[in-house]
Parts: sequence; C-alpha cells; structure tokens
Amino acid sequence: MLPEKADVLIVGAGPAGLAAGLELKRLGIQDVRLVEREAVAGGIPRLCHHTGFGLGDLRRIFSGPEYARRYRELASAAGLTIHTETTVTGWNQALQAEITSPHGVGTLSAKAVLLATGVRERPRSARLVPGTRPQGVFTTGSLQRFVFEQQLPVGKRAVIVGAETVSLSVVLTLQQAGVSVVGMLTELPRHQVYFPFLPVKWLFADLLGRVPLKVNSHVTQIFGHQRVEGLEFENTESGRMETLACDAVIFTGGWIPEHEMARKAGLELSPASLGPQVDPAFRTSRTGFFAAGNLLRGAETADWSALEGQRAALFIREYLQTKRWPDQTVPVQVEAPLAWAIPTLLRPDELPASFRIRSQAFREQTTLQISQGGQLLFSRKFSRLPANTSINLPVDWIRHISLSDKPIRLAVQP
Amino acid sequence: MPELFDVAVIGAGAVGAAIARELARYELSVVLLEAAPDVGMGTSKASTAIWHTGFDARPGSLEATLMRRSYTLMESFLPEAGVPHELLGGLLIAWNTDQLEVLPKLLEKAHQNGVLDVHLISAEEVYQREPRLAPGALGGMFVPGEGILCTYTVPLACATQAVINGVTLKVNFPVEQVSSRENFHSLSGKGGSLQARWVINAAGLFSDEINACFGHHNFTVTPRRGELIVYDKLARPLVKHVLLPVPTAITKGVLISPTVYGNILLGPTAEDLPDKTATDTSTDGIQMLLEKGRKILPQLLSEEVTATYAGLRAATEHSDYQIALHPEQRYLCVGGIRSTGISASLGLAEYAVELLKQAGVVLTPKAEFKPFKMPNIGEATERPYQSAEMIASNPDYGRIVCHCERVTLGELLDAMRAPIPARTLDGLRRRTRALQGRCQGFNCQASLVHLLAQETRQNPSSLLGLEAAHAA
Repeated sequence: MLPEKADVLIVGAGPAGLAAGLELKRLGIQDVRLVEREAVAGGIPRLCHHTGFGLGDLRRIFSGPEYARRYRELASAAGLTIHTETTVTGWNQALQAEITSPHGVGTLSAKAVLLATGVRERPRSARLVPGTRPQGVFTTGSLQRFVFEQQLPVGKRAVIVGAETVSLSVVLTLQQAGVSVVGMLTELPRHQVYFPFLPVKWLFADLLGRVPLKVNSHVTQIFGHQRVEGLEFENTESGRMETLACDAVIFTGGWIPEHEMARKAGLELSPASLGPQVDPAFRTSRTGFFAAGNLLRGAETADWSALEGQRAALFIREYLQTKRWPDQTVPVQVEAPLAWAIPTLLRPDELPASFRIRSQAFREQTTLQISQGGQLLFSRKFSRLPANTSINLPVDWIRHISLSDKPIRLAVQP
Repeated sequence: MPELFDVAVIGAGAVGAAIARELARYELSVVLLEAAPDVGMGTSKASTAIWHTGFDARPGSLEATLMRRSYTLMESFLPEAGVPHELLGGLLIAWNTDQLEVLPKLLEKAHQNGVLDVHLISAEEVYQREPRLAPGALGGMFVPGEGILCTYTVPLACATQAVINGVTLKVNFPVEQVSSRENFHSLSGKGGSLQARWVINAAGLFSDEINACFGHHNFTVTPRRGELIVYDKLARPLVKHVLLPVPTAITKGVLISPTVYGNILLGPTAEDLPDKTATDTSTDGIQMLLEKGRKILPQLLSEEVTATYAGLRAATEHSDYQIALHPEQRYLCVGGIRSTGISASLGLAEYAVELLKQAGVVLTPKAEFKPFKMPNIGEATERPYQSAEMIASNPDYGRIVCHCERVTLGELLDAMRAPIPARTLDGLRRRTRALQGRCQGFNCQASLVHLLAQETRQNPSSLLGLEAAHAA
C-alpha cells in the first residue's frame, strides 16, 4: 500500500525512472516512491531479448531482460521501493497523484514529481493506413510481448514497416519466432540503422544484409478479413504499386511520447517532440514537475534514458534543498526536416549536459544553423545529415543566447 | 426432430436484440439467430453512436414516429440497463448562407416531429457553446435532446436481458434456407436447423435476402459505407456538444461528436457499395474527413488518431423503414433500418410486438421480467478502477490490464463469464473497451489473447485468425 506523502514520486519504472530513483537514494533522499503500472519493473528493455544494453550507464553489455533485472537488483539493494501494478490515473491537484492499484484507490502528494512514462509506437490506425482491419497487425511492442511474454504465434511471413534500428530488433524477434521477413519498407531512400559498437554492429550488418529492403515505399493498404493476407505499397519515386503476401505486418518506430499524465498535469508540450517542454535541468513548465527519458521524445536508447534519469535526480535534489525554480527560458523551435531538439527550453546561465537533435529525413551537403532573432549562434556543415538518429551538438553557443521572448530557431539549409 | 420455437428473430443487431427483449416479456419460446459469432456485429457496431431525437426525420414517417417513441423508452432503459450515455445536446452549425437558410426549415420539421425544445441560436451563442470552432459560423440550431450512447452496449444489453428472461440465443447461425409449412417455418444453414411458427426478419444488411426467402422483393439493401476517425481522449476537451452537419441539397456533411469513452469522433463518409462486407477504410475517405474536420475544428487535426473504421448502413431505395406484416405467412419484416436503428430500436421492438398481437399471436405477460444491468464502460459514471468499494471486494478491479482505456482484469473476467460471454478479441473489446485505446494493443494485446484463450479454452491460433489463413 502506498503512503499518502513522499519526497519524490517517480512515475514509470523504466530505465529513466529506475536510474533516477537509484541516484536520488544515493544522494540521500529517503522517501522516493517509484510507481509502475506493469507487474514487473524494467520498462521496454524487458521485451528486447537481444544484446546491446548497459554500456552507457552500467558499463557492461547486457541483453534487455538482463539489463532490466540488473536495475531491479540495484533497486532492491538500495532499498528503493517500486510499487508495481500501480497506475497514476490523474492529478487531484498539482503534485498530488490519483492512484489505482489492487490495494485500492488513493492519492500521493510529493514535493517533487519525475515523469518517466516513456514512449510508444504509433499503431497502424494512428498512421491512417487504409484497408481492412484483420488480426496480425503489430507494433514492435505488441510483437515482442506476443513472442517473449506470452509465447503466442505471430504468423509465417511478415512485412516490417520502418527501417530504423528498432526495426532490426523486430527482425531478431521474428527470427526467434521462426517467421520469415518478406519485406522491410521505408519511406526514405535508405535504411536508418546505425551501428553503435562492434559486436552489435556485426550482428546488425549481417541481419540487414538478409532482409529484402524496399526504399521510398509508402503503405497504401492492408488486405485480409480474419487475418492479414497482404499489404499494398507505392513506390513514391516511380508511382508503381506493389503488393506483398504476408500474414503479419509490424509497424516500427513512429514514436509518440506517452504524455497523458504530463498533459493531465497541465505541462506545456513541445510541438516538435510532443514531450513536455524541459529546460537543461529537466524542469517542466510547472514547478515541482520534472520529466526525463523517452517521454521527452522518441526514442533514445535505454542507456541514454537512464543517464538522463540520473542527471535529473541531481536537479531534483537541488530543488528539494533550495526550492529554486528558474522559469525564465527561451524556447527552441525546429524546422522540417528536423524532428526535435532537446532540451526544448534553454537559458544562457545553465548549460545542458547535451544538446541533441534529430532529423526525419536525409540531407546531403547541408548546413545546420541555429539562430535567435536573426542572429546566427551556431552553424555546422554536414556532408550527410542522417535520419532517425540523434546527433549531439556542442553546447557553448548557448552562453550567447539572450533571455528574451525571441525563440531559438534550428534550420537546415538548403 | 429440430427444436420448435414460437418465434424466431433473425439478426441480433440493435433491432433484433430489442425485439427479442420485448418478446421475452411474454410466455413465448423465442430464438434469436445471429450469423456472426457475437451480438451486434453488423451495422450496430460501427455507427456514429448518436442518441437521436428524430428531430430531422420526415414528419409523418414511421421512422419519425418510432424514433420519438423510442426516445422516451430509452430515457429509462439506458440508465436501468447500464448503457453508457450522455445527453450533450446537438448543435447544427451553418457555415454558409445555404445552410443558414435551411435552419428555419429544420426547426419547423423538428416542431412537426414533436421535438419542441429545438431553437435557433446566433453565431455568438454558437461560439459561446463551442469556443474552439473554426471562425466563420453564421448561426446555428440547438437540439437539447441529442445525446451519445454506447453503440456496443445497446444490443448486448437487450440480448442479455432477452437471454436471462428465457430467449435462446444462437450465434454462428446464418439462415441460408427457409422452407415454410402449414404451421411452421424451417430455418437452416451452416449453424444447424430449427423450426419456428413465426419469423421476424431483423437481418439488417441482409434483410432483403431473408425477405426474398419469403417471396418478397419490395426492397433491396445497398450498403452505404461510412468511414470514421476516432481521435485521442486528450482531444475530448475540444468539444462539448454533438456537432451535427446541416444537410443541404448538395452535401450532407460530417459530424464531430464526443464518444461515451471520452474520444472525439469525426465522420461519417457516405458511399454506396455493392459489397455487404466492405468495411475497409480508404485513402480518399480518410482524406475527405480530415479536410472537413479541419474546417470545423482545426485543433482536432493536431491531436493523435486512435482508430479509423468503417460501418455499413442498410440503405434501401425507399426513404422510410421497410416494416411489413404478412400474417398469412406468419412473417414480419423489419428491414431497411438505415442509420437510425440504435435510436429507434426500442420503439421498433414495441411496434413489432404490437403487430404480432394484431396478427393474432397470443401474448401472455410473464409474471416477472428480470432486470440486468451491464457493467459500466462509459466515462460519465464511475468505472471499476476508480471505485474503492469494487477494488476492496475484488483486487482484480484494481489490476489494470489495458492501460489506455483503464480496463481491469476483473472486468475482463466478468466479460468472459457474462450471460452472453465474450469469445473473441473483438467481443472482449466491445464489452470492456480493452484494445480500443491509443496504443491499439502495444501494451496489452498479448496478455488479452493469453487470457481469452485460457478462460474460454480456445486455441490462440484460431483467436488470431491464423488457422483459417493457413488452411486457405
């Protein structure tokens, strides 16, 4: 049963929430409550049964489930209480959460709240893909749960929509389930799989070589009544329509932050990332509310999210001690094809640990420019601007921004 | 010998289920036959879920009369049967002078239909009521009695009340052949065969085909496809009323309405099709809806889409319902119920039973009609996850399985153990809302398949449509 009060309430026990909770404990904050709506803590890595987790935050490589288990062990050793099967369903007032669990309904007031509710993939319907609505249409998340959580059948011939790093995780899952991949479709002219470090790189390169990749391909229809029977797509270059017979379609990527609780708390969202607006200290638009991890945007690795959680913990402690909540910031705006830049709010006197951007499309021989009120603050040439992967930019230029109502603009030219 | 019933009702949609419920009040043996695997699987499950007053029906038509009668019956039925509903009021908005000119005529029509609380409102009042509308509204008409309801629960509640009061429900029982003898009809198909003295045709999209089995060819059903877009619940604060289109000679327009689950609905398109199973959505249909939606409520378009779907309405070449009593054949046709079937269902049922009585069927009321209240799945009243009392009685009501819709394990188990149990994923969805939310199964689909397979002792492959696909 949950208490009615706590120093810090963390919503979501994925990598960001767990790492933040551990760090807060380490910093000596006693009363940290971590709530998790699922029955087991660990978040999305629990479902990713392949290697590649933990080098950034835990200095060792784990598989997803091992990584999640490691965090649960660390939490248990640190005396960090995780309330599983416990859902924050809304906010009674600022910093007072309404909570449902098998123990009952209740409220929890906290001095500070960290939202770490993560991200989901846009399902077929949110992508407005027309056609019939048969069984056999998945997202990465639902597929992984079918295969690893419940050991359910997923078909024999699958088409993967999307060709990002997460799409390769789907290839691995399908391989394990004995399903052949008959096509991997991307609307972009190339795949967007990036190879982080060596053992994973070999694995990915080998896999990618064996998957029939269809570039510039836009899904136009899904067929089948009881079960998916096929998928139609258009080559956006040639206008040619093609169909693929399959009994499973997996939509991958297409991230959308799980921002329901953020919006219900009245936090301002960034129109670009659709996550809460955050400053370099993970402070949101409402005093006492912090946000970190993939709720901020879709989607970084588990390691990155965990490191964000750790850093957020430092600022949460600072807030608990000082009650200081600087609210003078300058918003960051991005222009297409840029998807987002994090943090979304900046100030000259507080440099972020990183300033990261992501593009939704490839650009060749292009220049990224950051300006405020027509004044150029930063520019960098890219011989190739990659798509659907994050780019770290330097942060020094942030010292020179002016604390005015003029937004900071990011654009790529031409 | 096949079973012999006094009355067979063909079709367990909103209309057939309501008729069966009405017949269950009398000492009759009644069978409710449904071709699909569950109740309410045809037109009923993919409607706009508006609880209509009937203000714009053709005055003097059967549709107008039955909708008015049904409205009164619904006012007590909906709360008693646990059907989620909200009386939001309807707002017709005129965006051009053509539409503005139509409004007084619609007002007169409403008054002729006995819907007397309808009134015209100024553009200022339109914006007062709906501040987020696009600019450019010239005026409007307010229909206080228009509401929304749960289109799944209406037929399920009727069928459940029918079943617990003695009606036999047979699903997966398409009626493919009818042979009529002197005292009874034999109805048969791949679900089996049975006999009935009287047959009531409430077969919706297929009501013309059943009608033909009795030798009547007075109408043909041409399915009218309506595509709809369901927006995320976070969009709910954008709209307060049912925003109805003003019908003009040129276009019918689309509506924007909250749903009882707290979403916003945009639609429907209207497209006549030859295929009675064509519930697929189309690129053009969705684009058309997005364009029209943007003109009415621009902010809606920046919200996430939760679902798109298409329903088929049983339109015929006639403007009114096709209800015909053939006493000599012991056959009653309740067909051509287009898009107002849910709203008119209770009135239709009462009327159908009245016609049987006229034809000489002896109706002896039963001593008791057992009530039954469906579990609440609407946002207007408390749901299990919010109820300290329910969770204390059974912790499974505090165990959320579908996070987007906050559906608990307790509710899912209830739905699979109900008088008309859920036996498919879609059946579970329509009874509980699970899988209906913004993630469309990202989080809970696998658990639901597992739970359903275990609880109903079915093979996961068949629940997932895999066996049929591989056999074919």
